[in-house]
Amino acid sequence: MMDFLRLDLPALLAAIMAGGTCGLLGSFLVLRRESLLGDALSHSILPGIVVGFALTGLRSAWPMLLGALVAALLATLAIGWVRRAARLETGAATGLVFTGFFALGLVLLEVTGARNADIDVDCVLFGQLETLVWLEATGLASLFDTAALAGLPRQLGLLAAVALVAGLVVALCWRPLQLIAFDPDFAASLGMRVGRWEMGLNLLIAGAAVAAFEAVGSILVVAMLICPAVALRLITDRYRVQVLGAAALGAALGAAGVLLAGPLPAAMGLNLSLNAAGLIGTLAGLVVAGSLTVRTNRAAAA
Amino acid sequence: MIGHNTLVVLLGCAALGAASGIVGCFALLRGRALLADAIGHAALPGVVAASLIMAALGGPARSLAPLLLGAALSAWLGLLALRALTASGRIRQDAGIGVVLSAFYALGTVGLSVAQTLPGAAQAGLSHFILGQAATMTENDALLAGGLALACLAVIAALFQPLRALCFDEAFARSQGVPVRALDLVLLGLLLAVCVAGLPAVGLLLVVALLIVPAAAARLVTQGLPAMLAVAGSLGAAAGATGALVSVRFAQIPTGAAVVLAGLCGFGAAVAISRRAAR
Repeated sequence: MMDFLRLDLPALLAAIMAGGTCGLLGSFLVLRRESLLGDALSHSILPGIVVGFALTGLRSAWPMLLGALVAALLATLAIGWVRRAARLETGAATGLVFTGFFALGLVLLEVTGARNADIDVDCVLFGQLETLVWLEATGLASLFDTAALAGLPRQLGLLAAVALVAGLVVALCWRPLQLIAFDPDFAASLGMRVGRWEMGLNLLIAGAAVAAFEAVGSILVVAMLICPAVALRLITDRYRVQVLGAAALGAALGAAGVLLAGPLPAAMGLNLSLNAAGLIGTLAGLVVAGSLTVRTNRAAAA
Repeated sequence: MIGHNTLVVLLGCAALGAASGIVGCFALLRGRALLADAIGHAALPGVVAASLIMAALGGPARSLAPLLLGAALSAWLGLLALRALTASGRIRQDAGIGVVLSAFYALGTVGLSVAQTLPGAAQAGLSHFILGQAATMTENDALLAGGLALACLAVIAALFQPLRALCFDEAFARSQGVPVRALDLVLLGLLLAVCVAGLPAVGLLLVVALLIVPAAAARLVTQGLPAMLAVAGSLGAAAGATGALVSVRFAQIPTGAAVVLAGLCGFGAAVAISRRAAR
């Protein structure tokens, strides 16, 4: 129990919040046919994160979040600029910009020495769910002890804040978001400023990507954003099922990945510890394969 | 000042860059360039599996050829998965690429965490395949990568006319009896070969840039396919060589990042030149 509280609970909470938030927002990427932007945003925030850390050197999440949002904004603008200046299709322009931002982030990571602090290349590539620990926990009572709770990894605070904001925004803007996701032209004809809504949504997604970044790394954020949404997209036409289902699926995948990586094998007496972030992504891929099979079977039955 | 080994690695990376730039032109014109992102990431589980199998068989752990074969096989599986997803009619190509690249990469990282628990050096150097590290390539590695690149160039030289027809006017190509489906497969094979050959030097995360950036720059400043191929090939070679040099000099900078940034400098120059020409 103690081990669970100290070693497994923080990772479990982080994975559930990251998976739930990314799953919730991912549906809007997939419905808007902007899935590639998930890939682009999750890679492009790296230089912002590194600079945020390097400039302030704080162990606080805010400079990192701010830097990442600025980088996401710049990347979105850069994609549009490259598309026009080089007359490229969106896909190629996006690939050009986000690999450039990511490469810059990697170099900055080495140059600024931020790698000595909290984030390093391994975190970018593999995530660091395993390093989230809560050493202050002394028992179940710690869950209600503010002093002990203060010792929870700071990543959890940022994740909780972003999850809250994302949940509130989606709940309050349920109808407008539906319009923009399914019929942006109609939304524009109603006088909605579609471009601004999309920019706001992208910034929200970038925020979710930053919060999830520290848990699962740059690349597996893509799995959390895209896979649950695609899995639901394959089997449902209903907006509510799509958005809420993907959020629930994302959270469930996060929990399953963390549990399968360490605690379950340990409970079964196996000396095996797998990369939790990788397991989450692998399971996500399997779920997509599963819902593709469901869809194919349905089509065959119909 | 430049040792023999460094020189071979440099030439290998330059050949690789040239081949990527040229294959990238066709891929870009055909709207397939982003597939390289899926191919690169989907190669990781194959690399890890190949190294685990080699270790289990007691073979040499750091022999490049089997690792690249594994990479090619799993990247091919990734492309098949992508086709199955998009064939559903519900999932567009970009979403499919996102699913395939992240799920395959995730599987690869799980494999890496397994490899790390095994005794021996099975996993040593595997992470270089993610970010690229030209400095650690041996002479044989460079010869293999460079050889693959040259083979791609030979295929393109042999199929130049039909490939050109495919990229510029598919309907016309069809009417002339060009086997469009087969040619698309050839192009896909070339893309796969270039990406896999680029893994040890550039790494799987950024190899897509080596296909897009030189081709995009070349298209801005040239007219006609031969000129575009020449410029893209040269820019790719320059970027590849720069990356290798940086990797040898500053061991900490990942080669892939240096290659991409060098290529983007070329792209920036191309944008500036095309603006001045338009004025």
